[in-house]
Amino acid sequence: MPATALRRKQRPDQPRTLSAAPDPQTSRASYKVTGIRVLRSEWAKFWTLRSTWITLAVAVVLLVLFGAIASYTYSPDAIASDGPPGPGSGGDSDAVSLALTGVTFASLAIGVLGVLLAAGEYSTGMIRSSLAAVPRRLPVLWSKAAVIGPIALVLTTLGALAAFQLGTPGLDGEKISLALSDDGVLRSLAGAGLYLGLVAIFGVALGILLRSSAGAIAALVGVLLILPGLASLLPDSWYDTLSPYFPSNAGSAIYALHESSDALSPGAGLAVFAGWVALTLIGAAYRLRKTDA
Amino acid sequence: MIEARELTKRYGDKTVVDHLSFTVKPGEVTGFLGPNGAGKSTTMRMIIGLDSPTAGSVTVNGRSYSRHSAPLQEIGTLLEAKSVHPGRSAVNHLMALAHTHGIPRSRVEEVIELAGLTSVATKRVGAFSLGMGQRLGIASALLGDPGIIMLDEPVNGLDPEGVLWVRNLLRRLAEEGRAVMLSSHLMSETALIADHLVIIGRGRLLADTTVEDFTQEAGGGGVKVASTEAVRLRSLLAGPDVTITSSSEEELLVTGRDTRQIGAIAAQHGVALYELTPQSVSLEAAFMDLTRDAVEYQSAPADTERKAA
Repeated sequence: MPATALRRKQRPDQPRTLSAAPDPQTSRASYKVTGIRVLRSEWAKFWTLRSTWITLAVAVVLLVLFGAIASYTYSPDAIASDGPPGPGSGGDSDAVSLALTGVTFASLAIGVLGVLLAAGEYSTGMIRSSLAAVPRRLPVLWSKAAVIGPIALVLTTLGALAAFQLGTPGLDGEKISLALSDDGVLRSLAGAGLYLGLVAIFGVALGILLRSSAGAIAALVGVLLILPGLASLLPDSWYDTLSPYFPSNAGSAIYALHESSDALSPGAGLAVFAGWVALTLIGAAYRLRKTDA
Repeated sequence: MIEARELTKRYGDKTVVDHLSFTVKPGEVTGFLGPNGAGKSTTMRMIIGLDSPTAGSVTVNGRSYSRHSAPLQEIGTLLEAKSVHPGRSAVNHLMALAHTHGIPRSRVEEVIELAGLTSVATKRVGAFSLGMGQRLGIASALLGDPGIIMLDEPVNGLDPEGVLWVRNLLRRLAEEGRAVMLSSHLMSETALIADHLVIIGRGRLLADTTVEDFTQEAGGGGVKVASTEAVRLRSLLAGPDVTITSSSEEELLVTGRDTRQIGAIAAQHGVALYELTPQSVSLEAAFMDLTRDAVEYQSAPADTERKAA
């Protein structure tokens, strides 16, 4: 019987010796999953994908390039109407809003980065490895958000500063020209970074919630770009009341230099947009926790 | 030790795993067998908490998987489906998992070497062949130096050398006292390595037995003996628990005595043998017989095909 002849006898009473394993016993006691370690793991996962570097670079380049170009091509006669649509160019131009022309585009890139970080785990099957290592699951979501949010915030704040500084010579002598030290300029630029940091987390939440890169990217574009347009179909009175609370409108209030009458204050805008992100995160956490992976 | 108790998983009105109870013990290799669609992968996913059972429970070393503080140290798993981001290198993939547990880089390097992946460790996993992917999966299963190793179809896509490597590796792990569970839909492959068999079909337990018992119950192979003095040999070999049948004038089929005994008896009495062949039971046939009614996707002329196999 060749089938069984090759087998060696089982020895069930043999003591369990793990020292025979490649790693000595010393390491056995020390392994433990902790929040910091999951964060460390997500940090490593984030930087070890080529797509991360590409998408981050695209986001920052879009931010800097569009801002600088908008500043250089500005002429007071053709008021902002030649600028690309989006939250950055809300009618009357100022040096900051020109410098932040690229925020809309950067928000898509950075949101997609968040989606890829999260939904990419589902499309590749990596999620099974991730959840096998961290079966409590939720630390994976928090850690992804905690990794990408600050990274996006720091890099895009620097990008916004660069866009402003690069654009300043282009506005030299114009009426709207501003210096970095002028009132509210730094706050606006940092606000753009804050907004984009939150958009990155929003992308992560959508990715975990929808578990599909395509679906989550569509939702991201829908919420940030299409929803405000669709909402203009609402009756005027409704629209005026509701529109400041839409995610993208609340978000653009965070980095607007001048508070416009039909928008929220920066603080309120931040609170509302962060609220949207938090709601999505809660939905993502619920689905991650409750449904089979 | 893995203990499943009345484990049940339903998707809608389809029951994939049906009141399944079994135990995977340390120090032995447990083969988890069943035809495609029998519920093997779903069961394994429930063991490590990827799917939650509809009813019943399964514990790993006495607790549900998610309650362990270092789950990768309790049980290492290779799932059938790919569970790796193709854009990451093997070493980065393993490091990402290692970070969650505080497993040092030296251990990552060890398992890479153990799996024979040293030369491709920094390559993107997307470029890996099926066999290399399996080796990476086994490397990640061993990462936490776990007491239990659970592998879903581990030899899929491996070349013969790789199959032998897996076989020896699993045997060694069991000899170190670890519990090894491997799933397969191939009886012959599993019988080479397993001590214990858990056979399921349509999510139900069909047999929980040892390979030896299964082989014996399958009908015992017997030994085919050919000699010109078949009649005389027949009386020489006779004894309690020995049955001898004969299909032709010079051939005997003996059960109850092994080749060594028969050869010795024949030599003692000067009977010349010109054939002495142990008849291997077709374990595969016995397995198919057992699972026949539980095959999920039955091909139309299944019976004739099976007998041919």
